[in-house]
Amino acid sequence: MSRLLIDGVSRIFPGLGGRPATRALEPTSLAVADNDFICLLGPSGCGKSTLLRIVAGLDRPSAGRVLLDGVAVTGPGSDRGMVFQSYTLFPWLTVKENICFGLREKGMPAAEQAHLAGHYIDRVGLGGFEHHFPRMLSGGMQQRTALARALVNDPKILLLDEPFGALDNQTRALMQELLLGIWEADRKTVLFVTHDIDEAIFMANRVAVMTARPGRIKSDIWVTLPHPRHYTIKTTSEFSVYKARLTEEIRDESIRALAMGA
Amino acid sequence: MKPLVPVSPAAKVALGVAFFGVFFAAWAVATMGGFVSPTFLADPLAMLGAGWRLLVVHGFYRDIGVTIWRVFGGFLLAALIGVPLGILMGAYKPIEAFFEPFVSFARYLPASGFIPLLILWAGIGEAQKLLVIFIGSFFQLVLMVAVIVGSTRRDLVEAAYTLGARAGGIVRRVLLPSSAPDIAETLRLVLGWAWTYVIVAELIGASSGIGHMITDSQALLDTGQIIFGIVVIGLIGLVSDYLFKMANQWLFPWRLA
Repeated sequence: MSRLLIDGVSRIFPGLGGRPATRALEPTSLAVADNDFICLLGPSGCGKSTLLRIVAGLDRPSAGRVLLDGVAVTGPGSDRGMVFQSYTLFPWLTVKENICFGLREKGMPAAEQAHLAGHYIDRVGLGGFEHHFPRMLSGGMQQRTALARALVNDPKILLLDEPFGALDNQTRALMQELLLGIWEADRKTVLFVTHDIDEAIFMANRVAVMTARPGRIKSDIWVTLPHPRHYTIKTTSEFSVYKARLTEEIRDESIRALAMGA
Repeated sequence: MKPLVPVSPAAKVALGVAFFGVFFAAWAVATMGGFVSPTFLADPLAMLGAGWRLLVVHGFYRDIGVTIWRVFGGFLLAALIGVPLGILMGAYKPIEAFFEPFVSFARYLPASGFIPLLILWAGIGEAQKLLVIFIGSFFQLVLMVAVIVGSTRRDLVEAAYTLGARAGGIVRRVLLPSSAPDIAETLRLVLGWAWTYVIVAELIGASSGIGHMITDSQALLDTGQIIFGIVVIGLIGLVSDYLFKMANQWLFPWRLA
């Protein structure tokens, strides 16, 4: 059975001040199986973030529904952990307090919170920075904290909205390895939005390519590169075959998106 | 000088003090040089002499104490009711829709215009002074707090929702801590306004306080005392402002750049 079912979900943003409505997302369906790592790949403005926000419960579909373990999603909740593209750590909380935010909301005893937080701080390599405020951290460290903050809640699915988009290339590559390593260890179901083809192939076992706006899923490609994946896989010929194919798929859409002024 | 290049802390203090020096020198030249008649403007030394007499002979410190009490009393009253109401309005849009139009209207009502009415209602005692300050600061405070809370970063609110927070948790653990430094900064600003209102209230109907001393001195044509009274207000303002700033920096270390 699929863990997450996106069933005919569409989104139309009403036009303001007499302007025509914007169709951000055509009716879209996608079944995410347990332990899947799916990348939603598409040009900017294609509605992939809108789709992710609907799954998170932060936005409502104009039609269709989202089912998580067979239960309809009606709003945001801790069973769908999310990491945003913008830095969303609470600036008044330290790294550790940020990671404990969801646990405290659940009413977990402080000692248990500290134990779990310590475990995830180690996993994302933030030992020694527990008591730093977000403003003292680099972008990569902030996103690692955000990842730990989502993971510590033990969500059924992890939603990531271009989480490494604002990072420099080297940091981004390291963050991809970190996330992939965590996924290879836990097999947490992941839905990852990106416009970076290499990022999608490197991490995902399925890549869903989206069209330019109004977005819909154009093709669904299985990436059968073996795990654990080492960063050197990016230079292999198998990787290049996927890259050539996805580049071709996405190119037409990017040209269309550009023509629309996205 | 290059735009936006910071100065060293020592130079900053020296420059700030230097302008006080320039200001007093210009004042001394204008008065002691005979350019302005002492009837209209006392010279700095006469002002200090008048101040000394006020404090030692006339017990002016009691007036200072009374005025400070009134300012903080009225200010605390406005803050105790205004801050929670502003937070509720910023967080919950129906509450904002209910109060906002009236508060926007009420904040244009001049506090000093209410003084005759307030004297009628509350006499010339302490209640009237506190009410003037309350009216002058409450409505402004409510609106500013509502705007601060309402402009909390939406992505932080969304992040909290995805971490399992509900409405109460959003208000207590996101809106409040994220707005607290700006609310404290607003309180600092409003305290400054409270000083303006207290003097106006004391000028019109009071038997004690700095403003009362200033009206009395006007009858005696003692410009030295008037200026001393004004300088005292300025000094108290400077000190309370500094204390407020220090408290804010201590309370909100995560804000420091």
